[in-house]
Amino acid sequence: MWAIELPPFVPFFIGALLILVSRGFLRAAIMLAVPVLGCIHLWMVPEGIHWQTEFLGYQLLPYRVDRLSLVFGYIFHIAAFISVIYSLHVKDTLQQVMSMLYAGSALGAVFAGDLLTLFIFWELLTLSSVFLIWASRTEKAYQAGLRYLVIQVLSGVILLAGAIFYAQQQGSLQFEFIGLEGVAGWLILIAFGIKCAFPFMHSWLIDGYPEATPTGTVFLSVFTTKVAVYALARGFPGTEFLVYIGATMTCFPIFFAIIENDLRRVLSYSLVSQLGFMVVGVGIGTSLAINGAAAHAVTHILYKALLFMTMGAVLYRTGSAKGSELGGLYKSMPWTTGFCIVGAASISAFPLFSGFVSKSMILIAVLSEGYDWVWVMLIFASAGVLHYTGIKIPYFAFFAHDSGIRTTEAPTNMLIAMGISAFLCVMLGVYPQVLYRLLPYDIGYNPYDATHVLAQMQLLFFSALAFAWLNLRGMYPPKLKSVNLDVDWFYRRLLPGIIKPCYAMILKTDASVRSYFMKWFRQFLFYISHHHGPEGLLSRTRPTGNTVMWITILLSCYMAFSFIYSK
Amino acid sequence: MLATHLPVLQVIIPLLAAPLCVLLQHPRMVWYFALLVSAAAFVTSVLLLQQVLETGEISYALGGWAAPWGIEYFIDSLNAYLLLIVTSISTIVLLAAQTSLAKELPDDRHTFFYIAYLLCLAGLLGIVATGDAFNVFVFLEISSLSSYALIALGKSRKALIASYQYLIMGTIGATFILIGIGLMYMATGTLNMQDLALRLADIPESRTVYAAFAFFIVGVCIKLALFPLHQWLPNAYAYAPSVVTAFLAATATKVAIYVLIRFMFTIFGVDFFTTTGPWQNMLLVLALFGILTASTVAIYQNNVKRLFAYSSVAQIGYMILGFSIGTAGGLIATLLHLFNHALMKGALFMALAAVTYRVGSVELESFRGLGKRMPWTMASIVAGGLSLIGVPLTVGFISKWYLIVALLEKGWWFVVGLILLGSLLAVIYVWRILEAAYFSPPENNPDETPEIREAPLSILLPVWILVFANLYFGIDTRLTVDVSRLIAQGFFGVSP
Repeated sequence: MWAIELPPFVPFFIGALLILVSRGFLRAAIMLAVPVLGCIHLWMVPEGIHWQTEFLGYQLLPYRVDRLSLVFGYIFHIAAFISVIYSLHVKDTLQQVMSMLYAGSALGAVFAGDLLTLFIFWELLTLSSVFLIWASRTEKAYQAGLRYLVIQVLSGVILLAGAIFYAQQQGSLQFEFIGLEGVAGWLILIAFGIKCAFPFMHSWLIDGYPEATPTGTVFLSVFTTKVAVYALARGFPGTEFLVYIGATMTCFPIFFAIIENDLRRVLSYSLVSQLGFMVVGVGIGTSLAINGAAAHAVTHILYKALLFMTMGAVLYRTGSAKGSELGGLYKSMPWTTGFCIVGAASISAFPLFSGFVSKSMILIAVLSEGYDWVWVMLIFASAGVLHYTGIKIPYFAFFAHDSGIRTTEAPTNMLIAMGISAFLCVMLGVYPQVLYRLLPYDIGYNPYDATHVLAQMQLLFFSALAFAWLNLRGMYPPKLKSVNLDVDWFYRRLLPGIIKPCYAMILKTDASVRSYFMKWFRQFLFYISHHHGPEGLLSRTRPTGNTVMWITILLSCYMAFSFIYSK
Repeated sequence: MLATHLPVLQVIIPLLAAPLCVLLQHPRMVWYFALLVSAAAFVTSVLLLQQVLETGEISYALGGWAAPWGIEYFIDSLNAYLLLIVTSISTIVLLAAQTSLAKELPDDRHTFFYIAYLLCLAGLLGIVATGDAFNVFVFLEISSLSSYALIALGKSRKALIASYQYLIMGTIGATFILIGIGLMYMATGTLNMQDLALRLADIPESRTVYAAFAFFIVGVCIKLALFPLHQWLPNAYAYAPSVVTAFLAATATKVAIYVLIRFMFTIFGVDFFTTTGPWQNMLLVLALFGILTASTVAIYQNNVKRLFAYSSVAQIGYMILGFSIGTAGGLIATLLHLFNHALMKGALFMALAAVTYRVGSVELESFRGLGKRMPWTMASIVAGGLSLIGVPLTVGFISKWYLIVALLEKGWWFVVGLILLGSLLAVIYVWRILEAAYFSPPENNPDETPEIREAPLSILLPVWILVFANLYFGIDTRLTVDVSRLIAQGFFGVSP
């Protein structure tokens, strides 16, 4: 009999322990075996609740399997496998242990059937992943990791608060449809939203991910945000509010991504944008849309990991991932270039690549539910994605002007990992039925009908044309060394009077809101440290008389109240 | 029949054993003796708890003089629960005392230390075991006087000042309690708690009773270090010998909270507390101020012992917060936190004893790089810190959970927000220690200071017993929750 009671996170946690005590070849073998064995194990597990327990008088279901969680379970195993191959050359125990724990926690969260278990894995995700940022071992990475940690722990605390409210309202902790009724729903939504990089809650992602190690970023790009998407799809399907949130998420990163020079940051922005598509899908909540969100999560994990891997390889070989410093690398890194183009084609949703088969489901679902304006925003975002990820990334890294950097092709293990995900990207694009069979709902859907393919191709070609034109005119920003480019100059010539004010306003508002908030925050901190610091009023050793004064005050209060209240 | 005398044995064994220590001058011998006595007290408390759970409350007439004329020892589930906390922590702390004191106290002082320690233990147990209001005051003085002496034994000269300040404030507190008890006696003519409760219910509300209430509550709040009457605590904890800090932090304030619960809910009665004045709100406000202010102050501390001392003030705020709700749920939260906080602060202060033993200082600076050099000690601080924050699978989570549930039942939502804020502040101050231990380069070259290595087993063992208890009772909550329920049921009548 197969041990179906074994939750999928257990092999990863055991693997993490074994890594600690093993060395060299054995360690590599363990790291590779864990996701493979885990995936086979998961394949055997039937749907249902395999583990129940009681805690504080509530029914807990730490291990529940259904179709929605299975999709994420499979892709997490595959992604973990690819990422492990990609990082085989790394000889850093800390990173290896933490990435195993991280993948395991993501699986734990996805198969959690109650909010308390979810919360535990939610925090474990945070605690393990932050080490992947710190593993860069630079001061900048340490600071970024701390900020990441604070925000993520906050998300966990809010989730816990929401769970307690929920238990109070419903008398149960089961993680099913939650909805936005009452405080509990909102708290839980905010907690999910922070991890899912909702607008204004997204900065941890842009801040943290590019600081991680080249291999760490690949792991990071896979798990945290997808767990959040899963949680949203479980708890808030069909919540209309999410449609608008998601649509905003798809569009606003464009403004920042276009002017960004660090290509890994560009990828982080596009990660937010792609998450927006999934959130829209969840918000619409029809079976087609949920399927689309799940499918998009799967394909997105593959191509985003692929893109991060190619940038990681570049960073690993050249020591830089800045658009202005790279260029012409296709000569020295032909394979990486090829894989990057596959990833770029997938994220831009070219037909026959994976992004197309999932994104089209969401777009159709949006149209069929009558959200025309949202559809327009998504189309705009798609054009944007092609711009700043689909073309900009491969172009500035591998082509553009020759930077003169001559290096060697990425290490073999990196190439194999990139090869596998590139293969999967193409395979899912060509045989989407493989993916569709795994999705939560059975619906006959075929992405390759004439209108859809044609519409997408038009969009892509005109967007590509725009890029070519901008680039030929020398207007494309990343040629500048700095990210603080002269906005006026750029847009006065491009689209006078239309985009410029909007764009400047967005940046200015953003900057002023930030600086106002930071100023206020600093003053607040100063005030606090003034009173609470070592020599502050509340922290000094005070003479005994001070306490006696307080005793007198309190005693008089009590006395006064008793005389007021006694008849 | 020894079993019928258990209530008095609980107190009398350490009380009589204390002077006997004089006969044993050798540090090791006297340690064995004290350990034995404490272990005996622990066994007694376990037997008592068992007996109470099986047969209900025990009343023991001292010297055969029946209550209310004689002194009665009265043990119900609340008393037995507290006795268990005090004796278990005392025994575990004593396990490390010999090793830890060897570095902090000259050899010829050890005997005095154990005398004071056993007297303090006897005093604390006496407060809990007795059913007589005046007797509470007597034992309070025994435990307080001996704890002043214990604190003054600290290595730094600041310990003397800290002890002196505590002496002054503690005496004011004890005096207020005595005045309160005296006024109650004036109004009712009895000192037996059960009797007091009956008679106070009968007489109409008078100013005497209110004055008794006011004096008593202020006095006891000094003893339990409720903000802003906490000012004796940080220095006393920071400069006392390490084991003393661990013992007092885990037991003394808990016993004071017991006194508060006993007098409020048994003698004055739940109705008096919840209906006659804004007492709940006053305690609530002070508790919340305590939680937020003390946690924030803790963030800025550079002495880790002082940091945890401020965190204790904050944690006392949580206990008083539960108490101030005035419902069965709130009381359960307080009782759970009594037990759980004893476990976490016990573990943390014992870990600091290990650091003091090897490094000689608990300044934050000297924690740098200890993550590699004292891995087990630092791991225990991580575990204790997580428990303090309230992470699931630790005891801290259990107390916070019940506290929040009780608050939600009462409908005090904004307080829940402030509690979560308090947890975040705890994250920050715990983080500062971990940052120093794991992320900062060592202060001095490891090769030059080979004496800084993992602490000896005799200290690590008690630390890890407590850490294990932190995890065990965070998962298997039957003992703590069931007993707390039973106690709350006794006061509020209904099963929550």
